[in-house]
Amino acid sequence: MSPSSPLHLAVALDGTGWHPASWREPVARPRELFTAAYWADLVAEAERGLLDFVTFEDGLGLQSSHHLAPDDRTDQVRGRVDAVLLAARIAPLTRHIGLVPTAVVTHTEPFHLSKAIATLDYVSTGRAGVRVQITARPHEADHFGRRTIPRIEAYDSPVVTDLFDEAADYVEVVRRLWDSWEDDAEIRDAATGRFIDRDKLHYIDFEGRHFSVKGPSITPRPPQGQPLVTALAHQTVPYRLVARQADVGYVTPRDAEHAREIVAEIRAEQGTAGRAQEPLHVFGDLVVFLDDDPAAATARRERLDEAAGEPYESDARIFAGTPAQLADLLQELQAAGLTGFRLRPAVLGHDLPAITRGLVPELQRRDAFRQAYEADTLRGLLGLARPANRYAAA
Amino acid sequence: MTKPLKQIHLAAHFPGVNNTTVWSDPEAGSHIEFSSFAHFARTAERAKFDFLFLAEGLRLREQGGKIYDLDVVGRPDTFTVLAALAAVTEHLGLTGTINSTFNEPYEVARQFASLDHLSGGRSAWNVVTSWDAFTGENFRRGGFLPQDERYSRAKEFLATATELFDSWHGDEIVADQETGTFLRDAKAGAFVHTGQHFDIHGQFNVPRSPQGRPVIFQAGDSEEGREFAASAADAIFSRYAALKEGQAFYTDVKNRLAKHGRGHGDLLILPAATFALGDTDAEAEELAKEVRRQQVSGATALKHLEFVWNRDLSSYDPEGPLPDIDPDVSDNHISKGRAQVRMYRDPLAIAREWRELAAANKWSIRDLVINTGNRQTFVGSPETVARTINEYVQADASDGFILVPHITPTGLDTFADKVVPLLQEQGVFRTEYEGTTLRDHLGLAHPDHARGERAAS
Repeated sequence: MSPSSPLHLAVALDGTGWHPASWREPVARPRELFTAAYWADLVAEAERGLLDFVTFEDGLGLQSSHHLAPDDRTDQVRGRVDAVLLAARIAPLTRHIGLVPTAVVTHTEPFHLSKAIATLDYVSTGRAGVRVQITARPHEADHFGRRTIPRIEAYDSPVVTDLFDEAADYVEVVRRLWDSWEDDAEIRDAATGRFIDRDKLHYIDFEGRHFSVKGPSITPRPPQGQPLVTALAHQTVPYRLVARQADVGYVTPRDAEHAREIVAEIRAEQGTAGRAQEPLHVFGDLVVFLDDDPAAATARRERLDEAAGEPYESDARIFAGTPAQLADLLQELQAAGLTGFRLRPAVLGHDLPAITRGLVPELQRRDAFRQAYEADTLRGLLGLARPANRYAAA
Repeated sequence: MTKPLKQIHLAAHFPGVNNTTVWSDPEAGSHIEFSSFAHFARTAERAKFDFLFLAEGLRLREQGGKIYDLDVVGRPDTFTVLAALAAVTEHLGLTGTINSTFNEPYEVARQFASLDHLSGGRSAWNVVTSWDAFTGENFRRGGFLPQDERYSRAKEFLATATELFDSWHGDEIVADQETGTFLRDAKAGAFVHTGQHFDIHGQFNVPRSPQGRPVIFQAGDSEEGREFAASAADAIFSRYAALKEGQAFYTDVKNRLAKHGRGHGDLLILPAATFALGDTDAEAEELAKEVRRQQVSGATALKHLEFVWNRDLSSYDPEGPLPDIDPDVSDNHISKGRAQVRMYRDPLAIAREWRELAAANKWSIRDLVINTGNRQTFVGSPETVARTINEYVQADASDGFILVPHITPTGLDTFADKVVPLLQEQGVFRTEYEGTTLRDHLGLAHPDHARGERAAS
């Protein structure tokens, strides 16, 4: 064993990158955003860098510079393709890397999402996950017309608390449906003519405040048993969702001290939820501008801010510097209790290869990152066992 | 003057969750693993088929209050499999059945527009409706529709989705890196729909896809279903593959097009068809018989009799005579989640007829179910099958067929290798793909170039 335990690395893919002016960079391919080839190239690059997984952003409305309302901007990337389908489209083209699409759980059906992610797990032979996200945007509720969501000023509203409670129920349903078939339910018993042993299929009979779902799933238990469930969290209410239902939580610490506080809070919630013994990764989210010369990274950030007409602000800490400086920061945050990182490249065409070709070799030199893929499934890469089925007789 | 030969359209239906699919055959593979879907799709593409077809089910079937276990059970998610298949094929159309009752237009439109982008214009949507509370138990919107509202919802669902597809016109994304203009119009994708079933507004977030809209299939057979198809569909997945019934259906539906301002070629009729191929016609007949026996085990025969009798018949011997008791005609049906049981409108009369048939032919329960069940549509040598398919199409029984093999995933291989070359020799089936989109394969106009406005929009 190396003295420093390896850390886990994911990359968050969104448009041409996380900086709103990233699409104007010469390396960006803004006219190809809706083609499979564009995304296949990005994920291939991430896989060359031996990353644990990539996430794909999504939403039920056009992107906006406002958190809670649409904007009328025409100077930023707008429009996207469905993240689950995008991940499925990429799956047969890759072999090792995990694929974690975002899914909005506020207006959608847990039955549909459960079978979609189970199927993503089949088409990727065990590399699927999902990042669940709520939406409190009233205008997105109007796209569905099934309920109204009151206009709120900020995410500390009781409206949001309620949406996260609903999300926890949603994930519970998704997870129960994944377990609703035991692994050996398909028997193909020619003697009795039975294709399945129906005693190994289970009604989930979920009844909650927001919905009821009967089950079982139409899709057999996926290769990983339970594909990865992940969520981004900035405060206590979503920390609780992470603690109750996730395998990986993404958090946004300002510094090591803040990371320590967040991890302590999530671990406490995990205990309250009765999951203290279960592995739960806490990843730090960081926006990264990476160049071999720190001044170049800063200058690039300034140039992009100028193109955007305003300084880029993010929920996550923004890092501009060299791969070695970033490696120092990641190891410092790891020492504070984080187990991995989801890096948000400021400009995908520049900062993704800087991660895979600069940061990764730097971490490898420090024995802090894998030299080769060591597992066939995403759970395996993250050191998570294939869970026992909750419905199977012990 | 001789009529020019029609070009045949062919599609491949992934074997489904009913007793047509013979899972007990030693050659039968997984219905879930992606490798099965990839093999099936590659075979269809090798044979230059127009498209692959995936069905959908949203609740496992039950009979007598228990999950039905004699057929293939379980399937993957339609959209997700189609998106993955787009990665292992280049030309093949990707058609998925998606229910309009247990979904919302904004989400389904996003998914189809996305699939169309990710496949380079190869997506198609078979719009089906459903109303049963049994399936609704799996969904948060739960409940169900009064039966007479299902088509009104389906029509409005499709019309609303069409408005969403059309909310982007295809010229909005400028992405001018010099000037910094990404979108030509801040209101790209704006829509407002106010109707009986949907009251939604806002901005759609998937730009115009290569086909503009997915190709629309419809499968219903009722008066309403036919009218819906004539007004709004590009193709019908029909059940009338036999010559006479096919011709009657074809004529009926094509004659409905004019009043919707549509031309004869704007709606394709594509029946589902099964087949049994042998080196000779006699060998194929033998194989067809053998397959029908595989499809109807003794246990399956009893369960199929229960569809009509609506009673637990598990104590009967499938090799023995039919039950003396009459069917239970109460409303609560023994079978749930299955469309075909609604076809038996007068169970008492059917029971009488079947008893007479069985007595006259000395048939057991199993013999009866085998002999009254569907015979394969095309049985014969490759020459016979190719000739028959071509005759049916030229005689306007259909515009082609959606083939349903009985073995997963290799059930299409022989057809691809033996029958398709004969159709190609006759000059009635493509030897290479001529276009890139499914609309190209089917000879359908891009919606932006279609004649006139659609009734659905």
